Amino acid sequence: MIKLLEARNVGKRFGGLTALSEVSLTINKGEVYGLIGPNGAGKTTFFNVLTGAYIPDDGEFVFNGIELPVGKPHLVVEAGIARTFQNIRLFSQMSALENVMAGHHIRTKANIWGILTQNKHTREEERLTTERAYELLKYVGIERFADTICKNLSYGDQRRLEIARALATEPQLLALDEPAAGMNATETSQLKVLIEQIRRDGVTVLLIEHDVKLVMGLCDRLSVLDFGKKIAEDVPAVVQKNEAVINAYLGGGKHE
Amino acid sequence: MDTLLQQLLNGLVVGSVYALVALGYTMVYGILGLINFAHGEVLMVGALTALTVITTLMGVSPDMPPLLLLGIGLLAAMVVCMIVAFLMERLAYRKLRNAPRLAPLITAIGVSFLLQTLAMIVWGRNYHTFPQLISTTPMQPIEGVYINPIQITTIVASAIIMVGLVLLVTRTKLGRAMRATAENHRVASLMGVDVNKIISLTFVLGAALAAVAGVLFASNYGIAHYAMGFMPGLKAFTAAVLGGIGNLGGAMLGGIVLGLVEAVGAGYIEHLTFGFLNSSYQDIFAFVILGIVLIFRPTGLLGERVSDRA
Repeated sequence: MIKLLEARNVGKRFGGLTALSEVSLTINKGEVYGLIGPNGAGKTTFFNVLTGAYIPDDGEFVFNGIELPVGKPHLVVEAGIARTFQNIRLFSQMSALENVMAGHHIRTKANIWGILTQNKHTREEERLTTERAYELLKYVGIERFADTICKNLSYGDQRRLEIARALATEPQLLALDEPAAGMNATETSQLKVLIEQIRRDGVTVLLIEHDVKLVMGLCDRLSVLDFGKKIAEDVPAVVQKNEAVINAYLGGGKHE
Repeated sequence: MDTLLQQLLNGLVVGSVYALVALGYTMVYGILGLINFAHGEVLMVGALTALTVITTLMGVSPDMPPLLLLGIGLLAAMVVCMIVAFLMERLAYRKLRNAPRLAPLITAIGVSFLLQTLAMIVWGRNYHTFPQLISTTPMQPIEGVYINPIQITTIVASAIIMVGLVLLVTRTKLGRAMRATAENHRVASLMGVDVNKIISLTFVLGAALAAVAGVLFASNYGIAHYAMGFMPGLKAFTAAVLGGIGNLGGAMLGGIVLGLVEAVGAGYIEHLTFGFLNSSYQDIFAFVILGIVLIFRPTGLLGERVSDRA
């Protein structure tokens, strides 16, 4: 097992509220790793700290053996981590294709002079970006909507587009924040197929999800957060039987 | 009829300059929600820089062809303006990006005063004659309607630049990054766009346009001085609001419309007021229009269609 991402004692406080406290976990290359927990447990905060949107108060992330930059989201993307959002955040006025192309921004090299002069390298790069964007739209199954302004896409297709945009950044770790939220059963099972495909293509997946069936079916290992603390980490079958987890979800035991 | 045609033509000339400056206002607004009131001063810095460079070169080598002189002057003006705008954003506005909106607005007015005063120290308080390197000899394509080469240059150059900008914003990865940043800074950065870089770039691009506008403006009127940026800046802001601030097409349309209305208004104001007001009151029109637009259509002629934001 090769370590891809290691969180070391990550902590984040908002005023008096401790959103994350001493969260440590390790994600191995090639696995689908789940992060679950009741509402307000700190899952999304973990994502925000990981991707550089928030600055952690304690701890650090080590990605591929290198410490991730803090507070500079675009550098985290460059390092190879891409994410989607719990509530969809596409560039709503752009076409689906342009959204995906925007995701590819960090992997392109053309500079301002190249763009102003439209030299050969810039044009070639733009052509490849467009081609790649079409491929990704096809990959997630919405290539027929390439030129549709994305606010006009259906909810499920917008979620797929977010995944395509994230994949356009060429990530090694794809972080999905509740990708199945609001999806019906058919859409969820299609999503499951897509995530499995992504993993087969060599991208490690970090998944926050409420749909327990989806998580248990997809994840190789998972962590459970409750009140900002990690209370369990193991393969799904073991976590399911963990008493602390059952208490956290059913509200029994220690927090009463 | 001749008066009308002539005034429409004059309006088109001044309108294209407004449009160039208005684009700078609207790009910065689109991406930051900031009205950069110091943008007019960038135009002034551009004109005065070109003036210094051109007169110095004329002194050193008097045989230089005028177009080359103008070209070098323009290039220098663009470079200096881009540096000024870059520093402006970096030093004055960046720290205030998450501050309440009033803070950067007041800062912008402060930056405007600062630039004017610095220009006064560097170039003095006098009016300078701006060398008219492109001929101002009027031609008469239609009987009774005059146009001179610098006016033609102004219209053509502005048109080319505007088309170029639209292509840049709609067709290149830079434009995509600008539009992404305009929609949502955080998401853009989480998708790998260096938002600070894009914002700097937006300021710098706007400043380059303002430099061109400044040189064209000074070339048309043959005059440059430290306070010359104020009025065109204010008019261009009006134009940007008129067209729908945040919208590139709107800035261009607003600039042209404002120039036309102002010129036609100036041509007829004496008739309209029975000789009470003469054409030196032409500025009235710009601000009356601003008032009317703000009352009846605060989003401007083209609204704030966010898709054209940059």
